[in-house]
Amino acid sequence: MDFRRVSLIALPYAWLLLLFLVPFGIVLKISLSDYALSIPPYTPTLDITGGWPAIRDFLGQLDVENYVFLTEDDLYWKAYLSSLRIALISTFVTLLIGYPLAYAMAKAPREWQPTLLMLVILPFWTSFLIRVYAWIGILSSQGYLNQTLAFLGLEPVTVLNTNVAVYIGIVYTYLPFMVLPIYATLEKMEGDLIEAAQDLGCTPTEAFWRVTLPLSRPGIIAGCFLVFIPAVGEFVIPSLLGGSETLMIGKVLWEEFFNNRDWPVASAVAVVLLLILVIPIVLFQKNQEKEQE
Amino acid sequence: MSRFTWFNATALTFGFAFLYLPMVILIVYSFNESRLVTVWAGFSTKWYGELFRNEQFLDAAWVTLRVAFFSATIATVLGTMAAYVLVRGGRFFGRTLFSGMIYAPLVMPEVITGLSLLLLFISINLDRGIFTIILAHTTFCMAYVSVVVSSRLVSFDRSVEEAALDLGATPFDAFRSVTLPIIMPAVVSGWLLGFTLSLDDLVIASFTAGPAATTLPIQIFSSVRLGVSPEINALSTILIGIVALGVVTASLISKRNLVRQARDARRAIQAGAEDAREARAT
Repeated sequence: MDFRRVSLIALPYAWLLLLFLVPFGIVLKISLSDYALSIPPYTPTLDITGGWPAIRDFLGQLDVENYVFLTEDDLYWKAYLSSLRIALISTFVTLLIGYPLAYAMAKAPREWQPTLLMLVILPFWTSFLIRVYAWIGILSSQGYLNQTLAFLGLEPVTVLNTNVAVYIGIVYTYLPFMVLPIYATLEKMEGDLIEAAQDLGCTPTEAFWRVTLPLSRPGIIAGCFLVFIPAVGEFVIPSLLGGSETLMIGKVLWEEFFNNRDWPVASAVAVVLLLILVIPIVLFQKNQEKEQE
Repeated sequence: MSRFTWFNATALTFGFAFLYLPMVILIVYSFNESRLVTVWAGFSTKWYGELFRNEQFLDAAWVTLRVAFFSATIATVLGTMAAYVLVRGGRFFGRTLFSGMIYAPLVMPEVITGLSLLLLFISINLDRGIFTIILAHTTFCMAYVSVVVSSRLVSFDRSVEEAALDLGATPFDAFRSVTLPIIMPAVVSGWLLGFTLSLDDLVIASFTAGPAATTLPIQIFSSVRLGVSPEINALSTILIGIVALGVVTASLISKRNLVRQARDARRAIQAGAEDAREARAT
């Protein structure tokens, strides 16, 4: 163990401990505290100078009251369920749109592929906020969509400030996350396999269902997790495109914190959200590790 | 390659139309004369002029650029170190925790990251402002940098490094003169990724900024809540333009490098073949 190696490990390690792990501990602690009209707006606050009795007294004042509150007020569990549902439906729609796109990209002439890939990556680098904002102008009541419908002699539709707008927003902004991993698995796949399947009597459609689709499964799984996990906690899309009917937990947490200034409840909401997401996050990491082998 | 069917052509057309149409509309209407964004009233660049006279936007843009520069730079240093430790560091105490902490921020909902960092800053009595945004952004950008850099470290041939060590280089020298030049493209793209992520972030910045500092996304968000405005369209067009220019330039450079590598390889093979011919002739 030389000094350089130790410092090489210690520096990023200490940074992450201090700015990633310790903050979660604080969130957990505040979620067990009580709301108070003070600065900071919760009690008890820990005073280490008081020594061991102060710490014991502090621990004695912590309770799970906020978690009990989350189960009593149906706003919260409805918001969790509705976030999961919205994320699930959006992930499915993103897959339905993303798979054919990734497939067509992988089948396109070799010399086009770098350009096509760049065209998918470009929106990924472009501001998320701006891409969500672009839809407000399209979907609003006087927007481009309704202007087009009126031009075609059709009835106007109300889309902005509904859940449909939220679905559109999520599918649109997360599409590159679905397309890139699927494209990566399809692109690695050898054309010979399809030919072999067809030589053995498969129709092209059968060959797709029995060879191409199963082989692209790692890409599909990675893409779905990359869309689903962040979509559950999404804040920007429901707050800009959604309406009063849109209930998403990221927005609830934000409002609890900034509007109601109830930090303990906001922290409890965050802890429960994290517990819900731990399962998909672990599954995602397992899938990635398997991919690397 | 198999033939290009009508199905593939349709998928490409619709897919890319879906991805690009909203942005094209945004750009076109940023040159609209009218304040009503959805009604076309002739070509004009006046909203760009308005934008550059808007002090609030200019201040926010300056704050955002500084934050993005410092976060991306610190994150690149720490992220490269972390990637090197993960790929080459071997076993050490708490390695699993370390790799978990590296990858978790990639999928962590931003509201949780933002809230937890804010509560940390408050509990240690750190005044919120540019400095705290930089700390927060560095933490989540670091994860992206180390993913990009570690994939490069995994894929390159380790024997070059070992050769340097065998020839008497210290591990540090071997890293500086062999490993670093090889992973440099990944380090640069990690920096760029960190820079754009920081530039774009609304949620974490809103939690950690405090009243003292406002970033561009915070400014955009608060004005977008009141509805669509032509100034925001103009600002969006500028930002999209910068990103498009950057991505296209980067891909042209990497294409040129690929062409050069292919040419070098061809020359080496030709030279080798000539050597072999000469050897046979003698």
